[in-house]
Amino acid sequence: MPFCGEIMEPLIQCRNIVKIHRGRGIGEIRHGFKAVDHVSIEIERGRIFGLVGESGCGKTTLARAILYLDPPTSGSVLFDGVELGSLKPSMLRKYRRRMQIIFQDPHTALDPRMTIYDSLSEGLINIGVDKPRRDKKIRELLDRVGISSTYSRRFPHEFSTGQRQRIVIARALTMDPEFLILDEPVSNLDVSIQAQIINLLMDLKRDLNLTYLFISHDLNLVSYMCDVVAVMFEGKIVEQAQTEALLAHPEHPYTRRLLASIPGGAGGF
Amino acid sequence: MNEPEPLLKIENLAVRFSHRGKIVHALRGIDISFYKDEIHGLVGESGSGKTVTATSIMGLLPRSSAEKISGNIFYKGKNLLLMPEEELRTYRGRTISMVFQEPAKYLNPSFKIGGQIEEMVKLHMGLSKAAARARARELLKLVGLGRDERVLDSYPYELSSGMKQRAMIAIAISCNPDFLIADEPTTALDVTLQKQILELIRTLKNIEDMGVLFISHDLAIIKEIADRVSVIYAGKIVESASKESLFDNPMHPYTRLLMLSIPDARHRGQKLAAIRGQVLDSTSMPKGCLFAPRCPLAEQQCFSLMPELEEHDRGHLAACHFVGKSWNL
Amino acid sequence: MDLARFIAKRLVRLILTVFLISTIVFFVIRIIPGDPALLIAGIDATPSDIATIRAKLGTDRPLSVQYFDFLWKVVHLNFGNSMISEEPVTSLILQRFPLTLALAVFGMIIGTVIAIPIGILSAVKPWSAWDYVGLVISQLGMAIPSFWLGIFLLLVFAVKIPIFPLFGAETLASLVLPAFSLGFARAAILLRHTRASMSEELSKEYIIAAKAKGLPERMIKYKHALKNALLPIITVAGIEFGYMLGGAIIIEQVFSLPGLGRLFLYAIYQRDFPLIQGGVVFIAIVFSLVNFAADVLYSVVNPRIRLE
Repeated sequence: MPFCGEIMEPLIQCRNIVKIHRGRGIGEIRHGFKAVDHVSIEIERGRIFGLVGESGCGKTTLARAILYLDPPTSGSVLFDGVELGSLKPSMLRKYRRRMQIIFQDPHTALDPRMTIYDSLSEGLINIGVDKPRRDKKIRELLDRVGISSTYSRRFPHEFSTGQRQRIVIARALTMDPEFLILDEPVSNLDVSIQAQIINLLMDLKRDLNLTYLFISHDLNLVSYMCDVVAVMFEGKIVEQAQTEALLAHPEHPYTRRLLASIPGGAGGF
Repeated sequence: MNEPEPLLKIENLAVRFSHRGKIVHALRGIDISFYKDEIHGLVGESGSGKTVTATSIMGLLPRSSAEKISGNIFYKGKNLLLMPEEELRTYRGRTISMVFQEPAKYLNPSFKIGGQIEEMVKLHMGLSKAAARARARELLKLVGLGRDERVLDSYPYELSSGMKQRAMIAIAISCNPDFLIADEPTTALDVTLQKQILELIRTLKNIEDMGVLFISHDLAIIKEIADRVSVIYAGKIVESASKESLFDNPMHPYTRLLMLSIPDARHRGQKLAAIRGQVLDSTSMPKGCLFAPRCPLAEQQCFSLMPELEEHDRGHLAACHFVGKSWNL
Repeated sequence: MDLARFIAKRLVRLILTVFLISTIVFFVIRIIPGDPALLIAGIDATPSDIATIRAKLGTDRPLSVQYFDFLWKVVHLNFGNSMISEEPVTSLILQRFPLTLALAVFGMIIGTVIAIPIGILSAVKPWSAWDYVGLVISQLGMAIPSFWLGIFLLLVFAVKIPIFPLFGAETLASLVLPAFSLGFARAAILLRHTRASMSEELSKEYIIAAKAKGLPERMIKYKHALKNALLPIITVAGIEFGYMLGGAIIIEQVFSLPGLGRLFLYAIYQRDFPLIQGGVVFIAIVFSLVNFAADVLYSVVNPRIRLE
């Protein structure tokens, strides 16, 4: 992807992130478990950064640390050059609006007792947007994600899984974010729906100038979508490279093992 | 490759059940033949009827009055669907065995692994306590759990997902079944584990000379493990061929679109060929092709005439009026 | 963690509970308005009588001294002497406890024997005759107060049809009616829990797997499902037993049984503070012990719990 000559700071800079989950138990000196072990990554504006790893490698913990939902035990996260750890809670909330996250399971992401209209307006009401502007925005966003706005008064259970994931994406976009973390956004979806959602995500990125951190265990999917891929194993980034380079010359043994395990071989049909 | 006589033969199997006053068509008349020493992959998305196929063979569908099964399932000449429950029970676990998707949920949490294996062999093969224990040990070794003696005396929660799945496989093959049904056994596992389990299944198939029905929604896994493949959509088989033939020359538009819609490095920068629309409503009974509403090749006759599964090439069947025709993406 | 550490942890919790309850009892009695010495002495008492009583009660000393003295005594299971009978509270309680315990155990047995088999059968055969029987029992059991049932049973089986004795605790037969009245109410709750637990287990995935193994129906229901279903019942039963001890107090009145119930009731009528104090702490200890035993039993049967 060609840059236009201007050297901009990366949108996200993580320096030496460590996240230790404390052991449980009163009066027990339990050594904490290092979920994230000195991770440093930089995500440039307009890029799709891929994070690949198997269950328990710490990728979701890292995502939550970047958003400061579950702040890191040590290390810093810089968003647009600003260190999130130095912000007061009210400022942090403002910055957080610019970063959103989409999770794997659309079923639990939406409140089953709220109409999708209400789910989408919640965030907008919080930041004080008046009703006419809210309605307009919701209509636009539903349109963008391919849901007819005549359905806005329906409840989540009236939609299919794929449609629900679209609604979740629309909700994330109500805050006009610049950065989206996508944590296994299509893993729960049928193959034919996956393709629809992936196409949607690519369109949105292009139309709204978004930056993505795409997390998945599926190396094929990540190599399709992402410009840069980082491989995570037991809390550490073991290898990171441009997608083509990583696939052509994997260096770390774990990366090689991952590539070898892809059923049917990497590179598809 | 093809034995003259199939091990298990499904003929025109249709399963309907009522749900909230409407009739749901889980299977709309399918025909599949399974052979000894062959892994037959059944690939389909959610709601396609692939799991119902498995549970129909095993007779595990709740036999409530709200559900109707028609058709035949022949195993070595006997029709499993007409068999009384007591007789069918003697086939389950011993002759036809099953492995499920989430081992944590499908293993009894209160019994040790050794016990769950021994129970099988004591019941079906009449082994004594000592013989059963020895067999359990042997089986665990066979599935790659033999290194640690403690596994026999462990509860499921003490084992990792991969180990649990291997244990479930050990239970399934404990009585040397002729036919193994594997329903998405690797879906809940990490990709490196997945590879090991697939290899294990293939090895066991060779050693035990079993026929295997391998169900998955993932074409890549099917490509890795299957010898023969059937594609199921909305309760009907739309294509059936040998693995090589299917992947070299997919004939049905659904199969072709599925393959094109799977993302990988080669397609970087290109839009994925997504299948528009949604899966057919399971309560509807269209006259024509079930895939027509989503099909780029659909024409008038597709909506009024149901295409039958016909042989278009040696051993390669497809149910489409326009096999071989191409479309603009 | 292993069993020993688990037991140790629960034991600590037990001791803390008893300590907390003793403290609460101590302060509640002393916070109630009115000088206990006055109440005990009566209207006609002279100041010197009152002072004597106060000295006996120990309420003339500063509160903190009273409190630590009390705690010290509790640790030694010494609750002082009854105001009325002058006998040590501890021996009074221990004299009568066996009867109450026997009643509660008997009631528990009756309740369990009714509840668990019917609960299991209702879950295994829904909408069958067993299910309706279970439904009726649980509705009746929850609606009918145990003392009413006791009086009713007395009328029918001790007066109209004199099978059982009317009062007294001479023979085992005299415990039957009270134990039944006690047990029936609790059976209702146990039955519902059993049915729910069993139903839940029967709908779980490992049952389908067991069926796929070719296991006979009876083995699936009564070996595979039952083992898992009974686990939560153990905890419920433990708590129920505690309530049963409490219920025994009322039933003893109905059937004129000389157990703990009557002892405590009279203590309350007569404002016998040492006895009341001792009584409450004693009940707390017994209840905690019962739950402790249930917890330990549960963790022995289900080792996964120990991880928490």
